[in-house]
Parts: sequence; C-alpha cells; structure tokens
Amino acid sequence: MIITLPWLKEHLQTKVSQNEIIQKLTDIGLEVEGTKEKSSELGKFKIAKIIKAEKHPNADKLKVCDVDVGGNEILKVVCGAPNARDGLFTIYAPPGAVIPKTKFQLKVAKIRGVESKGMLCSESELNISNESDGIIELKNNEIDIGKSYFKSKSEKTIDISITPNRADCLGIRGIARDLSSTGIGKLIPLKKKKFKQSIKNLIKTSIKKDPNQGCAIFGSCYIKNLSNKESPEWLKNKLLALGLKPISAIVDITNYVMFDLNRPLHSYDADKIDKEIIVRDSKDGEEFEGLDNKKYKLKKGMCVISDKSSVLGLGGIIGGTKTSTELETRNILLESAYFMPSSIRKTAKELNINTDAKYRFERGIDPNSILEGLEIATELITRICGGQASKFTIVGKNIQKSKIIKFDIDKFENLIGIPISINEAEKIFNLLEFKFKKNKKELRVQVPSWRPDINQEVDLIEELIRIKGFDNIKLVEPERKREQETLNFKQKLFHLSQRSLASKGYLETVTWSFTDSKIDKQFSKGEKEISILNPISSDLDVLRRSIFSNLAIHLKKNQDRGYQDISLFEIGPTFYGKNPGEQQIVIGALKSGRVGRKSWIEKDRDIDVFDIKSDVVKSLIELGVPQQHLFVSDKTTSCYHPGRSGSITLKSEKGPHLAYFGEIHPGIIKKLDFKEPNIYGLEIFLKNLPEPSKKIRQTKKSFKSSDFQKSERDFAFVIDKIFKIGLLEKIIREIDNSIIQDVKTFDVYEGENIPKDKKSVAINVTLQADDKTLSEKDLDQISKKIIEVVKEKTGATIRS
Amino acid sequence: MSDLDKINSIFNAKIDSVKTKEDLQNIKTEFFGKNGQITQQFKTLGSLDPGKRKEFASNLNKIKDDLTNQIEQKNFDLENLEISEKLKNEKVDITLPIRPYQNGKIHPVSQVIDEISSIFSEIGFSVAEGPDVETDYNNFTALNTPEDHPARDMHDTFYLDKDKKLLLRTHTSPVQIRTMLSGQTPFKIIVPGRTYRCDSDQTHAPMFHQLEGLHIDKNITMGHLKGCLDYFIKEFFEVKNVKMRFRPSHFPFTEPSAEVDIGYKIENEKIVIGEGDKWLEVLGCGMVHPNVLKNVKIDPKKYQGFAFGMGIDRLAMLKYGINDLRSFFETDYRWLSHFGFDPLDVPTNYRGLSK
Repeated sequence: MIITLPWLKEHLQTKVSQNEIIQKLTDIGLEVEGTKEKSSELGKFKIAKIIKAEKHPNADKLKVCDVDVGGNEILKVVCGAPNARDGLFTIYAPPGAVIPKTKFQLKVAKIRGVESKGMLCSESELNISNESDGIIELKNNEIDIGKSYFKSKSEKTIDISITPNRADCLGIRGIARDLSSTGIGKLIPLKKKKFKQSIKNLIKTSIKKDPNQGCAIFGSCYIKNLSNKESPEWLKNKLLALGLKPISAIVDITNYVMFDLNRPLHSYDADKIDKEIIVRDSKDGEEFEGLDNKKYKLKKGMCVISDKSSVLGLGGIIGGTKTSTELETRNILLESAYFMPSSIRKTAKELNINTDAKYRFERGIDPNSILEGLEIATELITRICGGQASKFTIVGKNIQKSKIIKFDIDKFENLIGIPISINEAEKIFNLLEFKFKKNKKELRVQVPSWRPDINQEVDLIEELIRIKGFDNIKLVEPERKREQETLNFKQKLFHLSQRSLASKGYLETVTWSFTDSKIDKQFSKGEKEISILNPISSDLDVLRRSIFSNLAIHLKKNQDRGYQDISLFEIGPTFYGKNPGEQQIVIGALKSGRVGRKSWIEKDRDIDVFDIKSDVVKSLIELGVPQQHLFVSDKTTSCYHPGRSGSITLKSEKGPHLAYFGEIHPGIIKKLDFKEPNIYGLEIFLKNLPEPSKKIRQTKKSFKSSDFQKSERDFAFVIDKIFKIGLLEKIIREIDNSIIQDVKTFDVYEGENIPKDKKSVAINVTLQADDKTLSEKDLDQISKKIIEVVKEKTGATIRS
Repeated sequence: MSDLDKINSIFNAKIDSVKTKEDLQNIKTEFFGKNGQITQQFKTLGSLDPGKRKEFASNLNKIKDDLTNQIEQKNFDLENLEISEKLKNEKVDITLPIRPYQNGKIHPVSQVIDEISSIFSEIGFSVAEGPDVETDYNNFTALNTPEDHPARDMHDTFYLDKDKKLLLRTHTSPVQIRTMLSGQTPFKIIVPGRTYRCDSDQTHAPMFHQLEGLHIDKNITMGHLKGCLDYFIKEFFEVKNVKMRFRPSHFPFTEPSAEVDIGYKIENEKIVIGEGDKWLEVLGCGMVHPNVLKNVKIDPKKYQGFAFGMGIDRLAMLKYGINDLRSFFETDYRWLSHFGFDPLDVPTNYRGLSK
C-alpha cells in the first residue's frame, strides 16, 4: 500500500516529522518497506511526440523514431512497440532514468546497430497498469511536450507492507486511525458534504437467493445527466502520486474513495444495462469480457452482477466492458456492495485475476461502509460531473453479527509478561475506535466492523501490545538446563554420517528434493514416479526417488567445468510414495576419475570398486555397525555395473539393507554423457542402521594385557573360481574364534598351473591364544584343522 | 717409565691414528689379544713379589679399563661417522609435495544446523522432525490458515495432487502440529528442515531451510520468547551485545506475532552484526495462537507458549559472508571447497561454535 504524507494528513492532524511517522508505522506493525521521492525518479519521464517512425534497417519488429522531447534537438529513439507511429504523443524516458517496473537504468545504447537515446514507455513499464502491448498513447497537446508526465513532483510516497489481517489499513484513513492511537496525532472526523438526492433510482437491483451467493449487500445510486470528463488536477495528482493512471472523473472518484476509505465502488454506464441488476451465481460456461480486455469463461457458482441479458461483471473483482463508463457516458449506476471474502477468493483464484478491489474484498471490507461510500462518491461525482443523484437503494443485509469480546485485563500480563493498566487499555481502545463497557477488571469490547481480524481475547491483547510497543516487553533470560536429549539416535547418525563421509574426502552438497524425471528414471529401483503438479521447470518435475539423480546432474556439471577427480555426497530424503512419510533418509555419494592423477610420487590409477567399498565399509563401521555384522553380497540394483557392485546387509543376506555400492552402470554413464566415465557410487540407508541397545562400553570385552607372541601362517588354497572369498575368510575366522585373530587374503591368482575353473587364494592367518605363546605343535594342529575344515566346507585343496 | 706407562703411551699414539674399524680391531688384538700387551702384563702378575703385586694389579686394571673405554668410544665414533657418511647420500628434496589426497567438506547449511542445535541444546530444546510431503491440513488449516485465508498467497505452494491436498511443506511449522498431536506437554523443540516454495529468482530458491522453534508450557510469556531469541542471536553471531527490535507483524498461527530485526552496519565492505543503524529482518515469531492449540487438543487456558521460524540459509549467509542463496544448491566444486567446513570442526559450546 502506497501513501503520501499530504493525503495521510487529510485524516491525521499531527505535528511530528515525516521520519517519526515512518518510524511509528513500523513500530505498530505497518512496516514501511521504503520511501520514494517522486521528483528524482519520475520527474525524468517526459511527454514527447513522435515526429517520424521508420522501420529499423536491421530489424523487422523495431522502429527508429525521431522524437521531440521539448529540447532543441530531435532525438533518435529505437522502439519495438507496434503502435509507435508518426504524430503519436507518448512518454519518453531519457538515459539515466530508472524504469519503475524493471528498476533498470537506461543508458545510451546501440540497438541492432542504431544508437537509441532513451526509450518510449508502456504503461506497464511505468507501473501504471499491466498494459504492455504498446507504448502509452496520450492526448495530442503540443504545449505539453517536454513536460514531466508525473506532476506531483515533490511528493514523497511511503510504501507500507500491510499484513493480510489488516484489511482496514488498505485505506489511508485506516492507517491514520492506527497512527492516532499511538498519540502522535488526532484522527480528523470525516466531513460529510451535503448534496441533493432528487430523483428515483431507475435501475431495479436484487440479490438472488442462490446457493453460493457471495454478495450480502448491494447498494446503488442512479445519477443522470452528468458529463463525464477528465478529473480535476487535484484528483489526478492524488492518483498519480500513488502510481495510478487517471482515466476519467467517474473512474478516478471510485478509485479515490477506495484508496482513501478502503471502500471499493463500481460504476456502470446505466444506459448499457438491460433493464435491471441481478446479483446471482454464474451458470457454467457463461462468458464476459472484463475491463482488462480479457474474455472470461465462468464456472458455475461464481458471484456475478448481471442484467436481464448477460453478465456485466464479477462482483467485487472486476467490471465488464459491456457497461464500462466512457467520457461520453451520461447516466450511471454507482455500486457500493459487500462481497464475501471466501467467495471472492475462490473466484479470483480460479480465474487468476488480481485487482485492487479483489485484494480488499478478500481481506474483508467494512460491511457498514456501504452508505458512506455512496455518499462520498455521489457528492464528488455530482460536484465534478454535475447530474442528478437518486436516493440510495440498498438490498440485502449485513449478515455479520457485531462481535463482543470479554477481556480480562490480567490476561494481558499472563501472555505478554508485563502488566497494562486498565486506563492505558481503555485509552488505546478508544483511539482505535473500539467501543467497550467496563466492569472492574473486565472489559466487554465491541469490535469495530472494519476489523474482521479481531475475534478473541488474544487479538485484543495483540492490539494493546502493538500500540503500547513491543520494546516494552522485558526479556526473561532462558534457563540453562536440559531435561531431554537434544538428538535421538537417528539424528545423531545423520550428523555423524556427514562428518564420516567428509572425512573420506567427499564434499557435502545439498540439492533440491526434486529432480529431472528423465535422469531419475535411470536410478530408480522401481518406485512409482511422484510428479509435482506445478514444477518450476520441466526438468525439476518429480520428487527424487534416488539420491543419485541430482548428484549425477551436478557431477556432470563439475566435470564439464574441468573437474574430473571429484567426490560428492548428500544426505537427504528420497521418496517412494506421495503420502507424508513415504520417504527415507539416504546418504549418497559419487566418486569419479582417478587416484593420484599428476602426482610425482604415486602411480595414478582409475578409482575402482574397492575404493568405494572401503569408503562404505569404513563409514558403516563409524556409524556403529561392527565389521563382522556387515554381510556383503553381489545382489545390487540396475543402476550399478552388474559385475562390479555389491550390497551390504546386516548379519546375513536377509538382514536389513544397509548399503549399496559399486560402479555406476556404463549404460547410464553413456546416456548422461559424462566426460570422465569412471564413476562409482554408494548409498547408505539410515533407517536400517541398527540402534544398539547398550552403550559400547557395556558390551566391550575386558582387556587382558599379555606378553605372549602372536604367530602367522600362510595358506594357498585352490578353490572353485566362483567361490566367494568373503565366505572363505568367514569360514576360516569361525574355525576357532579364540585363536584365529585375523584373516587376510593377500593374493588371488588365476591362470597357468591352476585348472581353468579354479583360482588360487593366498591367505594369511594371525594366531594367538590368551594364555600362552603357541608352540610349533599347537600351530601345526590349528593349521591342519584350517586345511581340513576349508576342504570339507568348500572343496578347496591346499596348493602344493 | 714403567712398562705400563709405556704401553699407555704406545696405545695413545696408535688409537689417534685409527681410521677404520679394521684398524681398531688390530689395536684391540695388539693389546688385548692372546699375546696382547695388556694380556701379557696380566700373565706376569703371578710372578710378582706379593708386596708389589697388589699395587701393580690395581694399576694394571685401571689402565685396562681406560684402554677398553677408549676403544669403545672410538668404535662409537667410527659408527657414527659411518652413519653420517651413509645419510649424506640419502638426501631428498623435502619441498616436494605430499601424496595426493582429497579434502572433504561439510556444507555450510549442515554446519549451521549443527551450530544452531548446539546453541538450543544448552537451554533444553531438542530436535524434532517431520516429512517433506505434507497434507494441506497440517501445513495450513491446522495452523489457523483455512482454505480461503489470504495468508496462503504468501506461500507459493508445490502440489502433488489435483485436489491440492498433498504438498511440499512451505514451512517447518507443520512439525509443530505433528509434535503436539503425538506427544505430551510440555514441548520444547527446534525443527531444522527443508522447505519448499515455487518461486525462484536471485533471492529465492524453490527449496530452502527453515528452523522452527516451539516452547509450550504453563506460563510461557512473550518475555520468554524475547529472552530465548536474544540468547540465540548473541550465541549464533558470537557477539556480546546485539541490537534487536521486535516489530508487530502477522502470522495466522501466532498472536501476537512479531518480526525480529537485528542491527547491522557495513564496515570495510563486510557486514557487522549487532550494531549500527541499519536493520535486517532475521525471523518471525509470536505466541502460539489458541486456535492452533485447540487443533492439537491442547487446552489454551492451561498451556501457552511461543513459536518462531527463521531461514537457516540466510543465517549462514550472514554469518559466513555468502552472497548468493542459489549458490548453496548448485554443487559447484569450487564453492563447496571454499565455503565448506572441515569435518573435524564440530561446533560445540565449550570449544566454541566456529573457528
């Protein structure tokens, strides 16, 4: 909401400075977003005349115009507007001017090879309207050339951000009332000027009892024999100061009353109304053309103003071209009505219309302001345009009950923490024009009809503290005590996993929870695709089913920027359904390129599956899963290379799924066209990590120090090629837990001297007993046992 | 000159000219070998007059010890010399670089969430969570924002179904609803999380992070709210004093509602938080609306409290001098390396939040 100080002062008698007013506005919740001096900004925009408009030599859609801006020179300006033509009066912005809409500062620039000194403006560029199809067309008036278009030069405008609850402050009087309650000034009573109401309202009006009826009250006044004209200077300047375009006296007056009193009005050319006005629900498929020159096709049940033959407008939202007033209009019907916020909102949303009237009605207009609006506007119209006004016709009735709220003064302190005296409360309520009755410490407050936002005691408390000042609330130091754990197990894991992965050289990233369906498809494990109804772009159209989708997109972007050896990870949600909770936290990482590239000391090599396996295993161990509980198998999903990937489950193949890891499927690499195709990934599923029932300190074996020596023995087994070495190690480890301390595979060999379907596996076993240094005899015995058991369970023989 | 003195002087002359271990071995043999000079002297002991024997033996042992020590010392010197000679040939250029490694980093959002959690942990808040996909009811209606409420316009919402009943949460506030519906009073939680709005430009991203706070108990007043936020802002920005103002505002789910600005100034092109005459909006807050409490079956006559919400990304930007919100989510290797945090920098209260 934009206001000017002089206008505000028509309602508020005050001596305080402008800055103090601005400060007060913010203090009471009418946040000042900015102030603007009109002269510096808009004074630069001049009325100009196009002398000649010729086609641009290098562009079909552009024209080169010779423009008279009132100086000695005729300027060349390049313009793309279809309506730029010889003799047109329009608005010229010189180099240096800042275009209000784009905030872009103009410079002298060559446009397709032709220098343009400034530009010609459309209404939309000047924020006057949404009209952007062409440049502004002004009335021909030679003496205006070179004059500033925005006349009220020195007026400072104040831009206030009005929160959705404060419908009453969408009029300047409402803002003045709020300010008056702080004591910086006095609200000036509205002066009502007398005027004659001599004739009869010739247009019958009625509100139909339709199921969705969105109109409660419809007031009107018939004014005949007026002569519509350009508004007087004072009125035009007022509207221009707010950034509105003056149109004609009738329209300008209705706009003026809306911004002044927050009372939207509408005027119909009465001669274009077919007999009578009927406020009713629309029928499905009805059409009408709005004042924005758009055709609207209506759905059933929207609140329309119609006559005998067709729809004239959407009540409280937008009027129609059929009955629009023109300069030639002689007889009008002036409307002042009350439309229900929910009805307005529904219709406007459905049709995607936003107007000043709609904005106000959906927030709640004072239903008791109908008469006042008619009076003030009728007086202005008859004063400026002449004509005879009818008596007012008001159909329907106010369906809002007056609200009375009981207010216990002690409740204020209970909620706010500081007391307020009953006198102070009374004073604030009086200034805000809330009526009340007092009964000791209890006030029975009657809420004014312009405050639809006040419904209960707490709303009154807010009014009081808002005006009293939030600065007066004394802060209470927080107590430093903790009665519950800050993080639960899964939350701790979440934070730990970030640091676990980062400590292995991965950069953490955060990407959108949505992604490109085409990429996501590659990585999904068969979950249903979850589309977003209204994505911001077509390549962000689904919720991600895999943590890899975005990582892959961004890995590629980094590779394209020349970074090949990169490790990235993200921890965040992936989605397997569109209902709340059908999501899980996944830690995902991608690693690409080579190890030791361009190193003087290391021989460089491609990253391989055992690099990623080592990262995933180490992380799982750090996240609290004992290494011996990690069951590794080769059953993975389709986004991995089928031969170079694995899955890790807890304890056995059937245990909860902890992780996948491996080379990303070369098919995907090819499809996504990665510059560096050697890419490995890991996924850890947080929800499946086991929560230990005991602390580590409770489950750890006690430590016995010992001077006994450890021994080692090496074995070379010849075993079936397909036999998994992980299982072989496990078999050996489990032969005697008390003696076999470690099992290490240190060579795997296939080829010469080994049968084709076999491989040779060299294993080093560390042996140590708790109670003694093992003798040669002991060692021979356990070695023999290892060979026997392995043979029995795997068929392997010892290589001779 | 006695025989022993002679031996000593011969030995001294010889040991000085020793250059190799071999020379040293020769001397050892010459004096202590089977027919060595010292060995010979010991052999004469038995034939000596008992009166002289004791003194001679004592002198002989002394000289033996002395010579043995000298040989050992010489041996030690020779070994040292040998090692130093060897090491002379083992010199590397120590300025050559270390083995290649990759420096992992923590994203600023994660780091700041850790910092915030640590700060609120001190005053007894615990962390709660909720799903990213929400119902229209939890995201709006239960938060006193019914279908036709204009405040809904401020939330450009992503929807997942035609009926617009399922959406991506536009704020972390629905977690208030979930937490209060499933738990018991009192409540003292913070909720860091992803939030979504379908607008996107220089200052808006379609996804961003919010921190919700909720404290419901008996007798919690706006004074507590003020104290809590004053504490938080000071701790977070690691300053002793902070200029802060509460400005009345409106959120459907709190009443009264306030926006909080903190003072700042620009010094040497850097922002200084807490002082100066400019204001920066950092968060929204208020006393939980009685309608919200009713919606979660809590009696507003018995319980009351405050809630607040702030942008985590924005806090991170302010604290760590990051200019562009969108860069948070672009996964640029250079950006992540530049603004990311070392994994060992875990924010704690006793070691400090940040380096």
